[in-house]
Amino acid sequence: MTNQLRGKSAIVGTGHAGFGEAHGLTAYDVMAQSALAALGDAGLKLPDVDGLFCTMMEDSMPALMAAEYLGIQPRFIDGTMLGGSSFVNYLTSATMALDAGLCDVALIVYGSNQRTASGRLVTASRPPAYEAPYNPRYPISAYAMAAARHMHEYGTTREQLADVAVAARAWARHNPEAFQRGPLTREDVLGARMVGDPLTVRDCCLVTDGGGAIVMVRADRAKDFPKAPVYVLGSAAQSSHRQISQMRDFTVTAARESGKRAFAAAGVSHGDIQAVELYDAFTINTILFLEDLGFCAKGEGGAFVEGGRVAPGGVLPVNTNGGGLSCVHPGMYGIFTVIEAARQIRGDAPGIQLNDIDLALAHGNGGVLSSQVTAILGSQNTL
Amino acid sequence: MPDATGPDQIFQRALANKEILLPKCNDCGAYHFFPRVLCPHCHGSAISWEPASGKGRVHTTTVVRQKPERGGDYNVCMVELEEGVRMMSRVEGIAPGDVIIDMAVTAFVGEAEGAPAVLFKPVEA
Ligand SMILES: [Zn+2]
Repeated sequence: MTNQLRGKSAIVGTGHAGFGEAHGLTAYDVMAQSALAALGDAGLKLPDVDGLFCTMMEDSMPALMAAEYLGIQPRFIDGTMLGGSSFVNYLTSATMALDAGLCDVALIVYGSNQRTASGRLVTASRPPAYEAPYNPRYPISAYAMAAARHMHEYGTTREQLADVAVAARAWARHNPEAFQRGPLTREDVLGARMVGDPLTVRDCCLVTDGGGAIVMVRADRAKDFPKAPVYVLGSAAQSSHRQISQMRDFTVTAARESGKRAFAAAGVSHGDIQAVELYDAFTINTILFLEDLGFCAKGEGGAFVEGGRVAPGGVLPVNTNGGGLSCVHPGMYGIFTVIEAARQIRGDAPGIQLNDIDLALAHGNGGVLSSQVTAILGSQNTL
Repeated sequence: MPDATGPDQIFQRALANKEILLPKCNDCGAYHFFPRVLCPHCHGSAISWEPASGKGRVHTTTVVRQKPERGGDYNVCMVELEEGVRMMSRVEGIAPGDVIIDMAVTAFVGEAEGAPAVLFKPVEA
């Protein structure tokens, strides 16, 4: 996104459904309930939607399936599949489509029933031909190898990784929407079952059901809705690979480039950001993205998160809903980074509501550290 | 089956003959992996095949933990070959948790999932 699109679109509704366990519901049921919740939040109805931005973990044409299920005939669809980062990426395409008049009401939506359907990650992907013979467990083996390399190069410790999970849980404990709200200590994380060295099961995101939805309109009519608008000030993407075996540097992600361009488009700097919502599929993600987005230098992410520094009361609020580690992780988490950032800015966050939030960052990750998309959202005061 | 012509076919056929071939770009001279019809570095499309030296180092590694009744723990790693390319593989002959980053390893053609595959063993001290 360039500066030309700064503040051209706004989020006027957010919604979610089926957090935790959505017994008896299909992924599309959860998707549709999420859409209704977001449209209700915006004071709109399904026939108002003429732009659909959607992908799912099932089917080869999920956006068409979603439109059909919802009973709408959108004149603009973006179903670009970049894994969990897709939903942050849709902020860019929705802004472009709205600004160009290709649609007037954009609905970004996702739903999954992976927990009650199978209890594990559902994926339509084929294992890559040059990796499959070695049976890596997806996606954890990929993130485990990134963590191992980061530990080797920078001395990052398992304790520091554990502290990411502990901080996420500390936020989640205050969030009634979060799936895991029990106490969690560093020792609990370190002593949990090892699933892919150096990561234990507590270094890994939850497997839950759930869906989320976002309604966007052009900025010129954003104040005509019940909730305070949240503007898209900048968004940018970069991809570096698809298969983990093709990642050039296991300690550096394309978030370096996506972050740099999102900050430039928004015209703000790191010190201005009051809340950071990152796709924390594994504890190493939070460390990598804080480094690559520029909140700390490369290699210092472990020290940056250590001892509650990103927990409530720390130096930087990170994943204020509890993240994918403790709040919700229905296969793809990306949309929830945007929803939590928007709610912090609106002042109706479900857990700890930070004071006077005008600027928040949402960062989506897709594939196996493959696709990185960063968005910076702001209140009316930031226009 | 006619002669192998596609990059994947050439690689797999060599493996079936216990040989590890690596694609190398005629234009920029760099190796790449996985095999493909163009060079991902300079995008030239004249590719030759060279026998791999088999010398490499573990770039990063993990252990997939699994209950013994389902086959037990096993190693998954990335090996950087002397030629400058990396491939996913596993190191055999030692415990999966004893595979460490920077360990010197040697390639051999073994079997994985019932098909010939590039595997590695620690270099004898
Ligand atoms: Zn070349």
